Formats: sequence, structure tokens, C-alpha cells
Amino acid sequence: MRRRVRTAWLFLTPMLFVLAVVAGWPFLRTVYYSFTDASLADLDARRWVGFDNYFSVLRLPSGRVLYDGLLVDPVWWRAVWNTVRFAVVSVACETVLGMIVALALNAEFPGRGIVRAAILIPWAIPTIVSAKMWQWMLNDQFGIINVVLLNLGLIDTKIAWTASADTAMIAVLIVDIWKTTPFMALLILAALQMLPREILEVAKLDGASPWQIFWRVTLPLIRPAVMVAVIFRALDALRIFDLIYVLTPNNVQTKSMSIFARENLFEFDKFAYGSAASTLLFLIIGLLTIAYIRIGRLSFDGGR
Amino acid sequence: MAAAVLLATAQAQAVQLSIVSSDTGNGIKVLREILDRYEKKSGNKVDIVVIPPSTTDQFGQYRLWLAAGSSDIDVYQTDVIWAPQLASQLVDLTEATRDVVGEHFPSIIQSQTVNGRLVALPIFTDAPALYYRKDLLDKYGAKVPTTWKELQDTAKLVMDRERAAGNRDLWGYVFQGNAYEGLTCNALEWMMSNGGGGIIEPDGRISINNPKAAAALDRVKGWIGTISPPGVLAYQEEEARGVWQTGNAVFMRNWPYAYALGNSENSPIKGKFDVAPLPAGDGAHPAATLGGWNLAVSKYSEHPDAAIDLVKFIASPEMQKYRTLKTSNLPTIAALYDDPDIARQQPIVPRWKEIFLNAQPRPSATARIKYNEASSQFWTAVHNTMSGNGTAADNLAELEARLNRLKGKGW
Amino acid sequence: MRMLKRAAFYLLLLAIVFLAVFPFYYAIVTSLKSGTELFQASLWPQSFSLANYRNVLTEGPFLRNLVNSLIVSGAVVAISLLIGITAAYALARIRFRGRSGLMLAILSVSMFPQVAALAGLFEIIRALHLYNSLLALILSYMIFTLPFTVWVLTTFVHDLPVEIEEAAILDGAGPWIIVSRIFLPLMWPALATTGLLAFITAWNEFLFALTFTSTNMQRTVPVAIALLSGNSQFEIPWGNIMAASVTVTVPLVVLVLIFQRRIVSGLTAGGVNG
Repeated sequence: MRRRVRTAWLFLTPMLFVLAVVAGWPFLRTVYYSFTDASLADLDARRWVGFDNYFSVLRLPSGRVLYDGLLVDPVWWRAVWNTVRFAVVSVACETVLGMIVALALNAEFPGRGIVRAAILIPWAIPTIVSAKMWQWMLNDQFGIINVVLLNLGLIDTKIAWTASADTAMIAVLIVDIWKTTPFMALLILAALQMLPREILEVAKLDGASPWQIFWRVTLPLIRPAVMVAVIFRALDALRIFDLIYVLTPNNVQTKSMSIFARENLFEFDKFAYGSAASTLLFLIIGLLTIAYIRIGRLSFDGGR
Repeated sequence: MAAAVLLATAQAQAVQLSIVSSDTGNGIKVLREILDRYEKKSGNKVDIVVIPPSTTDQFGQYRLWLAAGSSDIDVYQTDVIWAPQLASQLVDLTEATRDVVGEHFPSIIQSQTVNGRLVALPIFTDAPALYYRKDLLDKYGAKVPTTWKELQDTAKLVMDRERAAGNRDLWGYVFQGNAYEGLTCNALEWMMSNGGGGIIEPDGRISINNPKAAAALDRVKGWIGTISPPGVLAYQEEEARGVWQTGNAVFMRNWPYAYALGNSENSPIKGKFDVAPLPAGDGAHPAATLGGWNLAVSKYSEHPDAAIDLVKFIASPEMQKYRTLKTSNLPTIAALYDDPDIARQQPIVPRWKEIFLNAQPRPSATARIKYNEASSQFWTAVHNTMSGNGTAADNLAELEARLNRLKGKGW
Repeated sequence: MRMLKRAAFYLLLLAIVFLAVFPFYYAIVTSLKSGTELFQASLWPQSFSLANYRNVLTEGPFLRNLVNSLIVSGAVVAISLLIGITAAYALARIRFRGRSGLMLAILSVSMFPQVAALAGLFEIIRALHLYNSLLALILSYMIFTLPFTVWVLTTFVHDLPVEIEEAAILDGAGPWIIVSRIFLPLMWPALATTGLLAFITAWNEFLFALTFTSTNMQRTVPVAIALLSGNSQFEIPWGNIMAASVTVTVPLVVLVLIFQRRIVSGLTAGGVNG
């Protein structure tokens, strides 16, 4: 047994080494910088400032008290709210749509292979490319979407999709849902195909309607698989960067946590503040994940 | 001994340099042609490192390279506003360029001088102008507007008449309204030309919260959805040009590059437009924001002398003339505006001298290392106002408070 | 009624396929347009011009970028599968203290934002003298592909019957023999799936590829697309971008077409359970 444990660690060493290099070190550096006043203009001149980037209190001689730091920064909390709202809405839509697509594809029909391949296309297109493609299609003057909607009589003036915060967020959601629903559908389809046929047959013989079968039999059985798919998608959605960066005006109303971090890290002279934002982003995602695992009662150790 | 000297000179000759520049298609090709001449003349080799055109991405990348003390890049092509932010990591060119700075416009040299150190040498400059449709103004007997009020009225008149005549997609005025550095340029012009000050004054005072600036902003708010498409809030230079060049706008604010493109083969508006200085508010002077690009030498370069030599070569009158003839970029050397070849092949250049000489710098020299953040807060306030989140007065008051906080004990 | 249901079902399928494929179709249409025709929205090209493709493939090292992307993505897949298989065996089959903590730690790598890892990774890459090399990209992409690969493979190995392994142990086979001779052949479906997922991730990555390379010859395709531009700093050449995008996407679509059966069966067999 001892030998097997030693083997285990031996087998794990390459992975742990690589992850320590590519993820561990950058993470520790970021956490460290978040407790300093580092500036990218001169990293060596950094000083340790404790929690000042997160929260600090300044007492003025006049007796007024000022609070400062990330924890009281409304722009940051707005970014958190934007991101969480985006993640909830997009993952929810993707789950529902993915479920519909998976159920449709689970049925027997001629040409199923072609259809299955077709729905995977959005997912195979590089994000930067799909962002550009949709930006082009959503263009207010030359975009095909406005032209089609106008011709169908659904709108009477061209919509400036990416101009205002609300429609820009809708545009981001459309693109994200379009791009990742196939991934969701695929994972759910995989789970559907693992279902034992007999149970469904029995339910059918008992005279249950398809609707009842779905709610009472299918859904409980595929729930664990859906929950895992949701968590991987949610981890991605909470770190969203490129779609929002490309498709929306760079406004407080649409900024995500990752964009907030990047802006402070590289564009403003606030490397330490951006590091603090990155650290907090990690903590927030971690907490949400743990809460989700607890609430969903998922066993997440991969073993028995 | 002789062999050692020979070896040393051979080594000195075989210097490998790299210059980073944003890919500008034609611009990169021209840069390569200039570098080929330099290679022939000096014996050094120069590589171009191309990075994406978006200026904010580019700035982040420069920051990262410089912070890491990377010696991979010797020469950086920098935006006019970056000098104060990157200065501490760039080589002082004052001594090395003493013989040539006199040829350049003093104001541009001044913009690249930080604490008495010249950190970048200009290679071309930029100043926006008002593009207008000659044919449409003639058709309705309107004259070229010199005030924003006139622009507004003319745009409305032409737009309404043309739309009534079936030209449904026509808009009056397009500009850069997306929340990015370009909006800072546009909004600075609106405010300065209305007597509303320059956001942050050279003495460090934050002047943005004043009635004239708010009035300028209120006027622009009124354009959205009336003479300007709602989508203008997401337009950068190219989106605006797209609307303009398909013949769907009466007026446009843009940089000189759009002139050559508008007159290119199979452009629908070829020969139908002209340019003028941007309008002004009532009783104030027009304002144009100063743009432009420069070359800086990295402190971490292993061959600073060769790099400085390269920078001086690219910025020289001969090469600036070459660039101007090919790209219609505005030269930074006063004498070139009287050059007969340029006047013949790029007639816009001499006409632009006046616009450019009156161009206003953004407050990057004052806000120094905090400029990007100040600019970001400024364009956020402007964008919020234009998209209907809060009044101009409220947003500018809030902006003033934010800028004061950012300023802290001083810029 | 039955007919109606059938018709509704096919209508649903049609809608799904249309929504999935239309943007790609429109990209193809745009890539065949030229000049001002670009700015006229139309569902099919009025003229048929391959000029955009010619521009993309002949101007600049786009073909070289394609090869780079292939090398990087291929190496990323090979390395993450190799490391992933051994790690998955250890995690799924051997009991040791701290195993679930380790699984959670691996998952947490997926919680760290890419932008925040940038500065630290850049330091490492410079320290290892990998800057501006494909190796830098291969190494940095492990941050995405490794956690996912290890997770999926672990659940897969975990579901394989215990008996096959026990028989091998009785025969005196060591762990390495067990992994390479017994598990590997059984794992092909899962390997194909995770491999394809890792390939797509590496093929599509943009930010690291931009930051860690500096010459056109070392760049990958997404960066090359972002660098395409026309006559001026402010011009967006939609025709060229769409042509390049179509060129990049076609290999992936072909891969997906070949592997689509495998992707599904791989996930089914191994895959995902809670």
C-alpha cells in the first residue's frame, strides 16, 4: 500500500510541477503584489502596505473619516454585479437551450450525424473570430440583423446594439449563448445517452406522458451531469473578458471583473490595485463554487 | 591589435535592432521601406514587431515589456500622450538630438519632454477636421458651419430634406462616441471650443466642473438620435468612416487618414467632400485635439546608440517626406509644409498646417502617470451623459470629485 | 396529430441548425465580397471574388501562422494527455490522504483569471528564456487544458471496472504497465474527447499568444487575424478578417465532423458524472 501511495505521488509529480509553474507562481505573485503599492513603472520600488488596497481608513484633521480601497469601490462592486448577473443569465439560458437541443438530438431521425456536427460549429469558431463576426452582423448601419428585422417589420428604426449598456449586454448574451450552448448540449446529450433504456420503457408502459417522464425520470437521472456541466460553464462565465471587451462600450455599466482587473493592472498606474482585484475575483469565484457544490450536494472528489 | 579593432568594428556594425509598431497596413509597408534604406546605410539589421492597432492594448503590452526589463525591443513607437507615463523607462534623447530638434515644431517636442528629458522623437502628427459633403451643402445652399449651432442646424436641415426625398439612412453628424480615448479627444474639443477649459489645466487645477463645459455636453446630448445615429455611442474612427464613406452622413469628425480613403477608387463620395476646421461654440475659438506618433528608445536596449541612430534616421526630414508622400501623415517638420512635392501629391498637408498648429494637447503632461485613469473617468462621465445616465452638470460634478480624489496630494 | 408533432419536431431541428450555422455562413458570404459591397448587407454575394483569400494567404506569413497553431495545439494535446493520464490513474485508483483537496486545488486553477496570470507567467517565461518561442505558448496553455483534462480523465478511469486492474496486479504488473498496457487501450474515447477539447482551446487562445510572442513568424492564427488590417490605423478590413476567420475555422469544423461521434461517445462512456 505504501508503495502504491508513493507511485501515486510519482505519477502526480509532472502535473503538480507544471501547474505550480504556470498557475501557482503567478497566483502567489499576484496575491503578494496586492499587499504592496507596486507600480508597473518601477516594480522594484514597491513597499508593503498590508490591506490598504482592499480597505483603508483615513482620518482627516477635521474629524472626517474617509474609507478607501477595493472593498468600498463602487466601480468594483458594479463589475462584480455585472459579472454575476451575466453568469447567471447566460448559464441559465445555455442550460435550458442546451437541454432542448440535447433532447432533440437524442431522438432517432435520419441525418442525425449531420445535425449533430452542425450544432458544434459555433463552438469550434475561435472566440475572437466569433466576436468579430457578430460585431459585424450587429453593426447598426450595415449589420445583417438590423436589415432582416427591418424587412420583417419587427423594428422600424435600426437598433444600435452595441451602443447603449442594455442592448450591449444583450448582444454579449446572444453571442455567448450562441457560442456555448453546443458545449452544454453535448454534455447533456452524453448524459442522456447513458440513461438505461429500460426505465424509460417502463415509465412509458405505465402511461406517463412525455412531459411527466421528463420531469420525474429523465431530469433526476441526468441532474449530476448537468450540475457538472453548469459548474465548468459558470467558471468560464465568471471570468468573461474578451466578448465584453470587444462588443460593448468600455463603460462602468458593462465592465466585468476581469476587465476591471486588466484595466488597473496594465492601463492605469495601479498594478497593486489590479492585483488585489484579481485576488478578490479568485476568492469570489471560489466561494460561489463552494456554495454551489454544497447546495447542489455534489461529490467532487472523483473517487468513491 | 588591428585584428581586435577590426573585430570590434565588425561587431559594432552587426547590430540587430527591433522596433515595435502597430500594424497599419500601408504604414507598416512604408516603415519597412524606410528601414531597408537604413539597413543599407548603416549595416544594422532591423526587425519590425507588429502589434494590434488598438491603442489601449498596445499600451498594456508596452507596460508589460518595459516592466519586465525586456531587451527584446529597442525602439517603441509611442502615442503622443504616453511620454509622461513611460518616461522613466525610456532613454533621454536630449543630447543625441540637439542637432535636429530645431527642425521640428516646438510644441510637439515640448509634448515629448518630461522633466527636461526628451523621451521620444516625433515622426508624424495628427489633428482632426470637420469633413463635410460639398454636394449636399450646395444643393441646399448651406455654407460650411463655423459654430456648433450652425453645424446642428445645417445637419438637421439637410437630413430632414434628404430623408423626405427618400434617403432614409442619411444622418447629419458622425463622430467617435464609444467609451475610449477617442471620446476624450472629441469631448475635449467640444468643451474647449465652448470656453469650457481643458479638463485639467497645466497648473494641475481640475477645471472640468463649469457651466460652459456642461452646456457643451448638453448640446451633444441633444444630437444623439436627432442628427447623430444612436449607434454613435459605440463608434470609433472606423465605424464613423463606414457611415460617412457609404454616403450616409453630412458631416464627420475624423483624422486626416479618412481624406485619402474617401477619395480612393470606387469610393461613393469621391470628389464630393471637403474638409474644414472643427466648429466652435458661440464666441469661442475652435479646438482640435493633438494626436501623433513618436519613437522612443528603451532603457533596457542592449544597443542604445544604434537605436538612437535609427530613431533619428526615421524622424529625419527625408524620411518624413517619404512617409508623407506615401501615407498623407502630417509631418512634424515645419519646412515640409512648404515642400512642392508634398503640396502637389498630398494637397491636404499644407492645408492642415493651420489646423494642426492650433491643436490642443490632452492633459497628459499634467496628469502624468495618472493620465489614463483620469481620461477613463472623463470619457465615462461623458458617455454616461450622452447615453442619458445623469445630467451633464451632475456627472461633471461627480467627475470633479473623482479627479480630485485621483489627484490626491498632486499629479 | 402525429404528423403535426413530426412537423413541429423537424421545424425545431431546422431552427437549431439555422441558428447554429447562419453566422458562419454569413462570414463566408462576407469573405467573398469586396470594396463597398461589403457595406451593403445582403444574404448572398452579388459578385464572387476570392481576392480576400488571396490577400490573406499571400500577404504576410499566414500559412506559417497556421503551421505554428498546428504545432502548438498538437503539442498541448500530447503533453496534457500524457500528464493527464498518469495523474488521472493516481487520483482515481490510488487512495491517499489529501486526494479530494488536490482535486479541488486542480479545479481552483480554473478560477484564476487569465489576465491576472499574465504578469507572473511573463516573468517565468523570461526566466526560462522561452520568450517569443512556441514553447512559451505550449507551457502557458497548460493552465487551461491540464485541469480540465485531469478532471475528465479521472472520472473516466474511476468508472472503469476494478477487476481488470486486479487481475493485472495479481500477475505482478507494476503501475506503469497497468496504465500503459491496460488502461490506455480502454481510454481511447475519452482521450479523443478531451484531446479535441484541449486542441480547440489551444487553437483559439489569444491573449497569451499575443503577449508571449513578438515576431510574425512565431505567432499563431488568432493573433494573426487580430493583426490583419488595411490601409490605416483606424481601418477594419472586414473582408480579409472574414476570409482569415473562415480559413481558421474550417480545419476545426472538419475535425469536429470527423470526431463528432467520438466526442459524444467519449463523454458518454467516461465521462461526466457527479
